[in-house]
Amino acid sequence: MPIDKIFKDEASEEKGERARMSSFVGAMAISDLVKTTLGPKGMDKILQSTGRGHAVTVTNDGATILKSLHIDNPAAKVLIDISKVQDDEVGDGTTSVVVLAGELLREAEKLVASKIHPMTIIAGYRMAAECGRDALLKRVIDNKENPEKFRSDLIKIAMTTLCSKILSQDKEHFAEMAVDAIFRLKGSTNLESIQIIKKPGGSLKDSFLDEGFILDKKIGIGQPKRIENAKILVANTAMDTDKVKIYGARVRVDSMTKVAEIEGAEKEKMKDKVNKILAHGINCFVNRQLIYNFPEELFADAGVLAIEHADFEGIERLGLVTGGEIASTFDNPESVKLGECKLIEEIMIGEDKLIHFSGVAMGQACSIVLRGASHHVLDEAERSLHDALCVLSQTVNDSRVLLGGGWPEMVMAKEVDELARKTPGKKSHAIEAFSRALVSIPTTIADNAGLDSAELVAQLRAEHHSEGCNSGIDVISGSVGNMEERGIYEAFKVKQAVLLSATEAAEMILRVDDIITCAPRRREDRM
Amino acid sequence: MALAFDEYGRPFIIVREQDQKTRLKGIDAQKANIAAGKAVARILRSSLGPKGMDKMLQGPDGDITISNDGATILEQMDVDNQIAKLMVELSRSQDYEIGDGTTGVVVMAGALLEQAERQLDRGIHPIRIAEGYEMASRVAVEHLQRISQKFEFDADNYESLVQTCMTTLSSKIVNRCKRSLAEIAVKAVLAVADLERKDVNLDLIKVEGKVGGKLEDTELIYGILVDKDMSHPQMPKQIADANIAILTCPFEPPKPKTKHKVDIDTVEKFETLRKQEQQYFDEMVQKCKDVGATLVICQWGFDDEANHLLMHRNLPAVRWVGGVELELIAIATGGRIVPRFQELTPEKLGKAGLVREKSFGTTKERMLYIEHCANSKAVTVFIRGGNKMMIEETKRSIHDALCVARNLIRNNSIVYGGGAAEISCSLAVDAAADKYPGVEQYAIRAFAEALDSVPMALAENSGLQPIETLSAVKSQQIKENIPFYGIDCNDVGTNDMREQNVFETLIGKQQQILLATQVVKMILKIDDVISPSEY
Repeated sequence: MPIDKIFKDEASEEKGERARMSSFVGAMAISDLVKTTLGPKGMDKILQSTGRGHAVTVTNDGATILKSLHIDNPAAKVLIDISKVQDDEVGDGTTSVVVLAGELLREAEKLVASKIHPMTIIAGYRMAAECGRDALLKRVIDNKENPEKFRSDLIKIAMTTLCSKILSQDKEHFAEMAVDAIFRLKGSTNLESIQIIKKPGGSLKDSFLDEGFILDKKIGIGQPKRIENAKILVANTAMDTDKVKIYGARVRVDSMTKVAEIEGAEKEKMKDKVNKILAHGINCFVNRQLIYNFPEELFADAGVLAIEHADFEGIERLGLVTGGEIASTFDNPESVKLGECKLIEEIMIGEDKLIHFSGVAMGQACSIVLRGASHHVLDEAERSLHDALCVLSQTVNDSRVLLGGGWPEMVMAKEVDELARKTPGKKSHAIEAFSRALVSIPTTIADNAGLDSAELVAQLRAEHHSEGCNSGIDVISGSVGNMEERGIYEAFKVKQAVLLSATEAAEMILRVDDIITCAPRRREDRM
Repeated sequence: MALAFDEYGRPFIIVREQDQKTRLKGIDAQKANIAAGKAVARILRSSLGPKGMDKMLQGPDGDITISNDGATILEQMDVDNQIAKLMVELSRSQDYEIGDGTTGVVVMAGALLEQAERQLDRGIHPIRIAEGYEMASRVAVEHLQRISQKFEFDADNYESLVQTCMTTLSSKIVNRCKRSLAEIAVKAVLAVADLERKDVNLDLIKVEGKVGGKLEDTELIYGILVDKDMSHPQMPKQIADANIAILTCPFEPPKPKTKHKVDIDTVEKFETLRKQEQQYFDEMVQKCKDVGATLVICQWGFDDEANHLLMHRNLPAVRWVGGVELELIAIATGGRIVPRFQELTPEKLGKAGLVREKSFGTTKERMLYIEHCANSKAVTVFIRGGNKMMIEETKRSIHDALCVARNLIRNNSIVYGGGAAEISCSLAVDAAADKYPGVEQYAIRAFAEALDSVPMALAENSGLQPIETLSAVKSQQIKENIPFYGIDCNDVGTNDMREQNVFETLIGKQQQILLATQVVKMILKIDDVISPSEY
């Protein structure tokens, strides 16, 4: 008696070997896809959206690439998810984490083929990951006590991160810029307060970090273009009609004169409000919401600079920079904290006019102006800089750093190999496989740079046999060298997150022996 | 068949439009039902035990769930077959009642069905089989009661509770840190448990998850965690000894429920309304301030002006807090939920030792911790993990562990896990079978066989020889007459579950047997399946 189908139409089930196969294949396909972007000589990808306009993105950032893919394979989705988390958590290493997870699964596939139970492989991977982490912990460098050295560490980390991106040509410039920006945050990880303004034109080298703060807005007509010793009121209030907020209120009149009267009263109300604002003794007023013509005119008359429609983050940043509080009521001017700055002026970048606040008191926020040949370049530059900023802000809080250039992987691989030799039982195969997967990262980096990876990795492995070796692959010169001397550093937190997330994801996929796909939800065809 | 003839020889139709319906009758119907039930059980069979595998489920919107929890797998599966739906229900009711053992119950039911099929082939009537199963299940449940052990624990000595929770967690993906998670679960349950009444309100335990970090960072917070931040970016991020006003009214001008209109027809009215409006906001904030609140938690939003006034008067506030969280906060801080500003009094404020905002990762994600509350009877388990699926699965695992701990507080009897209880029951049922005269005897024996299938599946999933292992354990149990021997899934080297500390709750096991028997009885009684055909 054949079994009636248990599932609904179109729902399908894959079991055992086939399920495992499908998840391995999916995961490896994803990892191979981003593999070529790894390392300083990694290549970029063009992503074309299916939406209107077929917008094009050129990028090298793993998380961005994976986010834009439409994937049907469930295992591949797991990998995309870890890359996204890596992006949110530490900001960098989004490609490495996927490549490592892919390699772990590739090794696992071989082990499964030689009849080792997935649970045994998982147990081995876990031991290996723990061991690798301990190995790294033993070798971390922490220069938190020494601010000068710490700063140079940060610059080196920023350079390492940037060198795989489009900014690699001017990495010193951008690294300095990123580190300066991070130091202004004073330990906060809120990257919102670093504003990145993109203006096409000029070259990447013309990008700069502004000492003060730049707001991408225009100054109202007839208002002063330059204010010295400005007193700024940062506000979030309606400056259009200022409706009566009481529910159900409406205007009902029976004659034209009354309309005029009410209109007059409305104007009076607005005028009152403006007067109250002016009573704060300010000469600059920044509002989050619209400012209508009438109040704008009033401000112009009073010689006050009024800026409308600053977005919410802009307002928050401005509050941070100038030390003013964001106000919505204006009845007691004496207790509202005003923002202050030495000079407000209109500046030109390219063809656009921007407002520049300089000589600010607090300086917890800052602006970076990026210049570049096209929008694509600028977008990619912003992403790269964002990666660097993320890594730096995390490193400021967790100041442990490691050497780069495949050094951490080799250190871990060596310890893990050692562990494999000591472990009895089938697990040791899995541990060995883990070390092979680790080594595949420097291999990929070398391959992507067009170097003889087999030769270089073998050389590296030999050098790492001696204790306390600092060797890694220097892709620029194409040789094995001392990473400490060449100043290639990476953040410990990034490496740790890569290691743990990749292992976790591999483990998760390995544990699966059955994939059940539901019927896709039917959507009404609107076309 | 659906056509009958009346006394004049005219045909009439019993089942309408029967050519469009499929119909299965008699033994065929039973066979088909059993086959469907078995198919569901077979899917879950490989998830049983500490070495069980996970299932990956892709939902209708392409979202992915990876789970090892029987109830979750079955719920997410797009099941169409009626009998398969019964199995899904079965697992769900185990989940509601006990919270754990959802896989086991389905495997058990599958095994019972398989045995029933064999009895049917022998020509035993399904009702007789069902009756036999009923008798056998009674024997098994009584036997479980006999071999169960009570263990003692109190608020300080909870080691045995942790051990039981660890047994539950060991089959999940989180088994890497089962010890710490089990401790978290037990501590959480003990914190909210009413040991006098032996009751636990699991609603008081909130399980929150946030992607990022690692599983080891999972923590138990003696307080409440709210996924919100302060309403104004410049409000203080940390408040010590907070007096919390918990409001369910918005900081907005009042909206009377009755329909009304305020007509403005003169300038004076316009002015008055304007004044009135300002006064409203001022009064609201002043009322909060007057009763001595240092933190306002509100279910609704604030007007910009009110927001600034709050900030101005140095009164931090949180807006858009969900109803459930609001209730939890009220319970934890001993405050009262206040629906109107007029009703605010100092006694209605909640107290918390520390309220702080904490940010995560590189994105702008913040959460609000409310700790050291006046009444610590509300706790939060805060889960961190590498990705979303991991968090979801951890949440489910923690839920299972919480349920187990709760069941133990309700009834502190345990039986030994690792299949030991099933084997012992199987022996008891087998011995009891001979006492029953009649055809039921065979059904009772079949029940005993079916009980063996759980340890068998455990052994199989652990990569052991199922038949050899089972028979070895069985003979050991008989020889030494001790019901503690089970399957050594983790390759520790001993079969003694006392040494391995593998416990399960007595009620969980009893419930499994009872529920599985009931469902199987129901399936056996069906002899006609009429379903509309495909269209």
